[in-house]
Amino acid sequence: MGRYVIRRLLQMIPVFIGSTFLIFFMVYALGDPVAALFGEKAPDPATAAQIRHDLYLDHSLGAQYLHYMKNIFVGDFGTAFNGEPVLTLMGDAFPITIRLTIVAIIFEIIIGILLGVITGMRRGKPVDTGVLLLTLVVISVPTFVTGYVLQYVFGVELKWTSPSVSPSAPFNELILPGLVLALVSLAYVTRLTRTSIAENTRADYVRTAVAKGLPRHRVIIRHLLRNSLIPVVTFIGTDIGALMGGAIVTERIFNIHGVGYQLYQGILRNNAPTVVGFVTILVLVFLLANLLVDLLYAVLDPRIRYA
Amino acid sequence: MRGATRVRCAVGVLAVALAATACGGGSSGSSGGSSGGIVRASWGDPQNPLEPTDTNEVQGGKVLDMIFRGLKKYNPKTAKAENMIAQSITSTDAQNFDIKIKPGWKFSNGQPVTSDSFINAWNYGADLKNAQLNAFFFEQIDGYDKVHPDAVGATPTATKLSGLTKVSDTEFKVKLNTKFSLWPDTLGYAAFYPLPQSFFTDHSGWLKKPVGNGPYLIQQYTKGTQMSLRKWTGYKGDDAAANNGVDLRVYTDNNTAYTDLQAGNIDLVDDIPASQLKNVKSDLGSRYINEPAGIIQTISFPLYAKGWSTPQSALVRQGLSMAINRKQITQQIFQNTRTPASDWTSPVLGDAGGFKEGLCGQECDYNPTKAKQLIQQGGGLPGGKITIGYNADTGSHKEWVDATCNSINNVLGNNKACVGEPTGTFADFRNKITNKQMTNPFRSGWQMDYPLIQDFLQPQYFTNASSNDSHYNSPTFDKLVNQANAESNSSQAVSTFQDAEKQLVKDMPAIPLWYQNGSAGYSSNLTDVALNPFSVPVYNEIKVK
Repeated sequence: MGRYVIRRLLQMIPVFIGSTFLIFFMVYALGDPVAALFGEKAPDPATAAQIRHDLYLDHSLGAQYLHYMKNIFVGDFGTAFNGEPVLTLMGDAFPITIRLTIVAIIFEIIIGILLGVITGMRRGKPVDTGVLLLTLVVISVPTFVTGYVLQYVFGVELKWTSPSVSPSAPFNELILPGLVLALVSLAYVTRLTRTSIAENTRADYVRTAVAKGLPRHRVIIRHLLRNSLIPVVTFIGTDIGALMGGAIVTERIFNIHGVGYQLYQGILRNNAPTVVGFVTILVLVFLLANLLVDLLYAVLDPRIRYA
Repeated sequence: MRGATRVRCAVGVLAVALAATACGGGSSGSSGGSSGGIVRASWGDPQNPLEPTDTNEVQGGKVLDMIFRGLKKYNPKTAKAENMIAQSITSTDAQNFDIKIKPGWKFSNGQPVTSDSFINAWNYGADLKNAQLNAFFFEQIDGYDKVHPDAVGATPTATKLSGLTKVSDTEFKVKLNTKFSLWPDTLGYAAFYPLPQSFFTDHSGWLKKPVGNGPYLIQQYTKGTQMSLRKWTGYKGDDAAANNGVDLRVYTDNNTAYTDLQAGNIDLVDDIPASQLKNVKSDLGSRYINEPAGIIQTISFPLYAKGWSTPQSALVRQGLSMAINRKQITQQIFQNTRTPASDWTSPVLGDAGGFKEGLCGQECDYNPTKAKQLIQQGGGLPGGKITIGYNADTGSHKEWVDATCNSINNVLGNNKACVGEPTGTFADFRNKITNKQMTNPFRSGWQMDYPLIQDFLQPQYFTNASSNDSHYNSPTFDKLVNQANAESNSSQAVSTFQDAEKQLVKDMPAIPLWYQNGSAGYSSNLTDVALNPFSVPVYNEIKVK
């Protein structure tokens, strides 16, 4: 187990280097950011040259990348154009996005799995058909549509909540955005759980448990659900990374200044340090979440062992 | 009509003198512990640090206009440059200026505003080492080429502008390197604001929480998120804040800001999303402002490219200008938030300032028959077709570019004559223009820095000027501009500028499309909301119920 974890952690190093280089290269390919700083005016050549020099943009791509990596190892992630260190931006943005992700994941787990179990146990019944239809609708409607609609209905018409989230973004304000963010994944979780449960209701160990005379809830929770959760856990695990990086749309609609917002600003302004820094952390989150999922398998199913 | 209740008086000098005796220079004049009387307004994240000489966009400029006052201030209604800190700015030859400043002004940290505050600030802004985006605003001052050599890689040989000489704490002299009679009127621009001593002694501290001499002071600033400005009770000017403060909140999406306004979560939105223009009147009624701003949109031509460099191609450009149905596009696409342009300036200048409706004449009127005729006369479109370049990332230009092309195609009876050509990012788009890589017309826009006709003409169309995207080169135009700048009588200067502008009708280096309006909406909590000529809300005059 310990050796397995270490091996997995070591594998992250090449992935980390490779992904940072790729992202760095892509932002670099977007073009020279300095011209945009001057707005609609033509940059005066001397000032532009001085800015390029200050930002280390007057070197080759390889040299820029090495310079960037060297700085990362001493804890300097560079600065955004407004003079704010990227590290500070991360310190502000990540806690907010993590809170948003937690809310979304909780929705996915509670509502998604619950609906999945109910529909899986009652295949073909009206409940099942109804929920399936609903998930289909949720999956096919784009996030920004559900986002704006729910924001208008709950924020402006009903006034149950404020349409936008305040800068400190406490948990109670993130419920609606979290739901919007979770909706699509929630539909997938429901469908995954349903299929998995439906398959396993006919498994031998379930029949054995029922034959032993175990109470129904114990059969469902201890035996059926636990064994059916493996694909769901895989999905939710990878979804953590996707939710954190993919919250751009939701964060924009509800004016949440999290990771998505910073990435959007970074891309709009061609600011390599911001984009590379944030994406790198997202890559790490993705890798760690995957590792966690793999370790969870062993907990859910004792037959799975890691050496 | 707006602003009827506004009382602006010219007792500035008296007010300053009275207030000067009252103020002990308390370091923090922050007022109002209560949340009442605060304007909650939308904001965008400023791109650059909030240094006056490094801020060239509206969002940062908004804040600087609240926390700073310069030698001059542009009247929010008439756009006229009026003395603020300046007691007098005099010159006998339109080249050597003597600036006297009013005594008693202070920064909100208690440091005095002296002639050094200006000289040091301007030297800082001009110095190449500081790489300030607004450095070129000082290029008329003598010695600029030493402090800020033009060539890439050159090192400055001086750190101070030789054209600035201190006479006393309240007086300094400026020598320009060329005659420029309207120069004092440029001094209301943010780049010319004074800076306190603390800017130089504790630069990073100052950037965290900028300190100025304006009607507001910054109470709290979280970069990228929000800024709380409060009324500064020690303020000396006659335009003190009528509210207790302004809370600026960054919105990434103007749709969200608008929704927040509807929900009563915010009081003032100064950027109405295009998708809401249809509903805004019914949503807000009279609380919706839509009025001209100092912005003009044009289509520029790469006059350096083959096909556009011949004298005959001017006819094609004139023809294209006449093929664009400006009226229809501004109505259908912009819902009247743009006004069809008939000159190269802006209505905010006013007639006295140089705006002249119809200066362009029939060349800017929609006339399909004449348009077709002129294009044919000029040898047809280069290569048989044109594209109009634009950036796809911001500003939603696609719609109007397509409509413009459509208009041209209809006139020519060829639906392949003109198509839009998007470039992914604004940065990339600007790079192509700067590097002279354009071969076809492209969109361009100009937002004035100061309300002068000079600012609409010289930077864009003077030979080798900083924003001459077309690389237009006309000795006649240049001669008239130089002549206008040397004119000591300002109305004479304006009319000479208009003569120069008439040359643009003949050569048509850029087609004027429309004047952009500023728009804003506000909640019923506020009164006295107005936009200044720069389409920024006049925050200090807003009253909170």
